[in-house]
Amino acid sequence: MLIKARRKQVDYFTAKRRHAYLFWGLLLLVTYAAAVLTQYDFVQGLSSIPGALVWGVTHFYPNAESLAKFPDVLRTLVETLLMSIAATTVASVFALVFALLGSQTIGVHAGIKLASRSIATVFRNIDVTAWSMILLFSFGQNVMTGYFALFFGSFGFLTRAFLESIDETGSHSAEALRATGAGYISVICQSVIPAALPQLISWILFMIETNIRNATLIGILTGTGVGFLFNLYYKNLDYNAASLIVFVIVISILVIEFTSNYIRKVMIG
Amino acid sequence: MSTEAVDKMIAAELHLRPDRRLPGIPLKKPFSKTALTIRLTLIGLSLLTVLAFVSFDYKGIQVFQGIYATLLNLKTMFLQPRLHHFTFDAALFEVLITLGLAFLATLFGAVIALFLGLFSARNLSSPIASAVIKGLVAFIRAVPTVMWVLIFAVAAGLGSVAAVIGMTFHSVGYLIKAYSEAFEEMDKGTIEALKSSGANWWQIVFQAVIPSSLSYLMSWTLLRFEINFSVAVAMGAAAGAGGIGYDMFMASGFYFDLQEIGAITYFILGFAILLEIAANRAKRKLMQGK
Repeated sequence: MLIKARRKQVDYFTAKRRHAYLFWGLLLLVTYAAAVLTQYDFVQGLSSIPGALVWGVTHFYPNAESLAKFPDVLRTLVETLLMSIAATTVASVFALVFALLGSQTIGVHAGIKLASRSIATVFRNIDVTAWSMILLFSFGQNVMTGYFALFFGSFGFLTRAFLESIDETGSHSAEALRATGAGYISVICQSVIPAALPQLISWILFMIETNIRNATLIGILTGTGVGFLFNLYYKNLDYNAASLIVFVIVISILVIEFTSNYIRKVMIG
Repeated sequence: MSTEAVDKMIAAELHLRPDRRLPGIPLKKPFSKTALTIRLTLIGLSLLTVLAFVSFDYKGIQVFQGIYATLLNLKTMFLQPRLHHFTFDAALFEVLITLGLAFLATLFGAVIALFLGLFSARNLSSPIASAVIKGLVAFIRAVPTVMWVLIFAVAAGLGSVAAVIGMTFHSVGYLIKAYSEAFEEMDKGTIEALKSSGANWWQIVFQAVIPSSLSYLMSWTLLRFEINFSVAVAMGAAAGAGGIGYDMFMASGFYFDLQEIGAITYFILGFAILLEIAANRAKRKLMQGK
């Protein structure tokens, strides 16, 4: 009996060890394959970090000359920030409609539910990079390219997020209100939206933060806003001016993060 | 205590935990300050939106014509996708390169974030170390990934090294936050019990903290891998990191080839969905395996 139990225990540990070896071996193999495939050089990778830090301290800071460009930087920064906010808010209106139509608890018809969910899935899985490439064809180097790229990306994500929030918070109060004989529209306006509103706003704020980060990338790709200006200075090796842009972006993202955290704290408590 | 008993304890604890990705639901009736904040936030956002549309420099563009043209382009792209400048196999190979970039950045990010996450968790570290790391994370996250990559490209040259290191930076910032929150949820009693039985810090970390939060760590890491895939596509397009993103950039910016963009988009979409399915399956297995 005792021997049997001990053997079982030994087997358990051998199996566990074998699993661990298998996992680490596989991980090592995949890492090696990935490094070969991407031509990633581990030594160069490690050595570039101190190099980049030294370079950053000695070259990457705003100087007096670059401060002269501050008005230009500020103007494009404001444009990019406003573009991110506008894209998010308009997308959230559309997302709310689609989320209500696609919700499991509030939705009216199975076909409409499926359709609105599928549309959201397609939009969510096409990345903003792809959207900006596609939109570049019809809008060119224009603020609307970035606007619509952010709009489509946010629409997909927010619909998904809103769906989950509404399904989670809205169902009980909606049921109660429906039992009293309230109409469909009043159920939505009086119970579903108010119950989910703090969460919806929380998602909108999160999306604005994400979109400001993405806006820089889109700016580089489509030649608009503060991303374009960064790329311009960077390609002209004007690192002082480029660092000024990084600096103002960091400040604005931190300010927006702080504000939205404050709003969340007051709202959700 | 035998390992099985510990496993059972962990399983029980995991099942009790709510999903922490969703923000909390207000249980109490909203009082006036809450209502006021909501109203002010909504009004503020609406005003900013109006201001945005008024201040945009449209450069005489016809928005509705543009939308119509986009719809026509979308039709060409998605209904007649075709590769002109490379073969199907080559496209597959390029997607694998993008996946490789995402994998390396996620792996390096996870390893670094695991250690820094421990020092940043309030229950395992000193308040000063925690505050310093959290400040650093806030700064790292505030710089967009593409800028990290381009900054590293000056030292390492444009290519996979700069892309992986730059993406690693952002992954570290993201994962430290996620990991340290997972560690902070750890039952206080367990740590105290181990401490009083004479276990040192490393023993507590490796025998209790990491095993009990392992499935959460893994699901956050998988989520970051999915994010890094689309980031890697973007870095290929914007920072010369190679992979399918670069091909897409060429098709759009140089060849003006709508059909090829459509085909590449299908490739990326397919892999993103496959990745999501695989990650979800792995997560479910991890949760059950406990």
